Amino acid sequence: MADRLEVLKTYKTYVGGKFPRSESDRTYRVTDRKEKHIANACRCSRKDVRDAVLAARSAFGGWSSRSAYNRGQVLYRIAEMLEGRKEQFIKELELAGVKEKDARAEVHTSIDRLIYFAGWTDKISQVFGTVNPVASAHFNFSSPDATGVVGIIAPDRSPLLSSISLIAPVIASGNSCVLIASVENPLPAVSFGEVLHASDVPGGVVNILTGYRDETVDTLSSHKDVNAVLNTIADRETRKLIDENASISVKRVTHYPAEDWFLDDHENPYLILEFMETKTTWHPVGI
Amino acid sequence: MSIAEIPDFKQTIPIDKIGVEERVSRLNKRSIKKDSKLQALKLALSMIDHTTLEGKDSEGKVIQLCSKARLPYAPMPDLPHVAAVCVYPNMVSTAKKALQGTDVKVASVATAFPSGMAQFHIKLDDTRYAVDQGADEIDMVISRGEFLKGNYSFIFDEIAAIKEACGEAHLKVILETGELETLENVRKASDIAMYAGADFIKTSTGKILPAATQPVTLVMLEAIRDFYHETGTMVGMKPAGGIRKAKEALQYLVLVKETLGSAWLTPDWFRFGASSLTNDLLMQIVKQETGVYQSINYFSND
Repeated sequence: MADRLEVLKTYKTYVGGKFPRSESDRTYRVTDRKEKHIANACRCSRKDVRDAVLAARSAFGGWSSRSAYNRGQVLYRIAEMLEGRKEQFIKELELAGVKEKDARAEVHTSIDRLIYFAGWTDKISQVFGTVNPVASAHFNFSSPDATGVVGIIAPDRSPLLSSISLIAPVIASGNSCVLIASVENPLPAVSFGEVLHASDVPGGVVNILTGYRDETVDTLSSHKDVNAVLNTIADRETRKLIDENASISVKRVTHYPAEDWFLDDHENPYLILEFMETKTTWHPVGI
Repeated sequence: MSIAEIPDFKQTIPIDKIGVEERVSRLNKRSIKKDSKLQALKLALSMIDHTTLEGKDSEGKVIQLCSKARLPYAPMPDLPHVAAVCVYPNMVSTAKKALQGTDVKVASVATAFPSGMAQFHIKLDDTRYAVDQGADEIDMVISRGEFLKGNYSFIFDEIAAIKEACGEAHLKVILETGELETLENVRKASDIAMYAGADFIKTSTGKILPAATQPVTLVMLEAIRDFYHETGTMVGMKPAGGIRKAKEALQYLVLVKETLGSAWLTPDWFRFGASSLTNDLLMQIVKQETGVYQSINYFSND
């Protein structure tokens, strides 16, 4: 009997709590480091970006109005689920050519990073909220609030760890997000969608798209319903495009290129604060 | 029209439900892009009956609605205005005043909208009051209970009497298809309304689910087509309730074009009863013009 022809999985996207294929029906080949064909991924179009932003927008209200404590529980739950399925993720990273030891380290750090940000959800406004001295008869205080829908452009390096390091601080404060996964190896990000689906994250809070950046980044960064962009691509042209597009509706833009996603630097509350707006309240007193 | 020309409404015209759904889904696949899409979006905008029918409506809200009706999106003053605003009878004079000097019509629901459960003379008074206040169009509801009992002559006479009370005002007859149970009933109610003198037939009040659906609309459009072939009189169509997206609006336009032809593709013969559709159309028009996907935050609520 001839050798069996292996069935290669076509990874779908994760939008609004569902796993749709690209509206365009297009896919592209995902290869390992030796150019061997390992799977297929969806090649998303601008309409997929539009649908994902719509899903993120409808999820934002519910997610941001959850209690911070509850969001922390949900983030913790993602970490638990990931812990339970870590062998799958290690295998997936290995499939793409990562050494077993490195793959294991990447999954472990990813889980720990989720736990780190889960702890911050109900502390962020205590730490960064302020009571402000004013000259009039007012009690004046400022507290940080979620920005809204955040577009995230993920890098190719450490595809699982980088995606989680970007998603966790963004959703911790109540934002929803649309992540454009790594082009070279989108598989761990898409599988992470399955973990999100199985944990208590409401559909639409995290949306994960795959495909070529030149077909998605322009639409995502110009979309007026996106409130902020978190970009990890260092390339000058890409940064320029995002900066110009963001100026149309005055989006918050954070360029966050990183060489090493294992560094502890990525665990800090200022990343959460990047995607929060300060709300100041003047409350009359003594009248 | 002589009595002899009025069909026997006890006879039921069979409707092929599967066929209707198939035809709708085939027509939905039609792709409208670029220039044609922009034209269609603007046409749909000009066909809207911009509606507010809530117990909490106030003069302020109606005035705001009217400003949006005459100038839907200030940054693009060349866009067409909507066809009409649709309000409760006690808001007609407010709307009329707010729309002075424009071609935007004022439509008023009447006859104890939305249930229609009132004595006949009250329905007549309701209608006359709305017309006196200056309504150009009257949206009446039929008595669905009587219809389902098979009391078709009651429905016929009721519509004919309201039509008379309307005088110069156009009469739209709301069938409330969500309560008529079957497509055969929708067809029958459409026929009764048209033979009794309706200028428009309208699917729903928007207060009952399901509201406007495309299969129901197709059945009503076919009834209009057959009525036109029989009598030579054109009757308008107004799907209302539940149409929120520009894409759906374009699908409705395709149904009209394919069933009745281009003659009906004007605000005189086709309307959308909707409130949130206006903003989605505007968002799509601006997207077509600028290439940038829009956010609802940049468009006014009413």
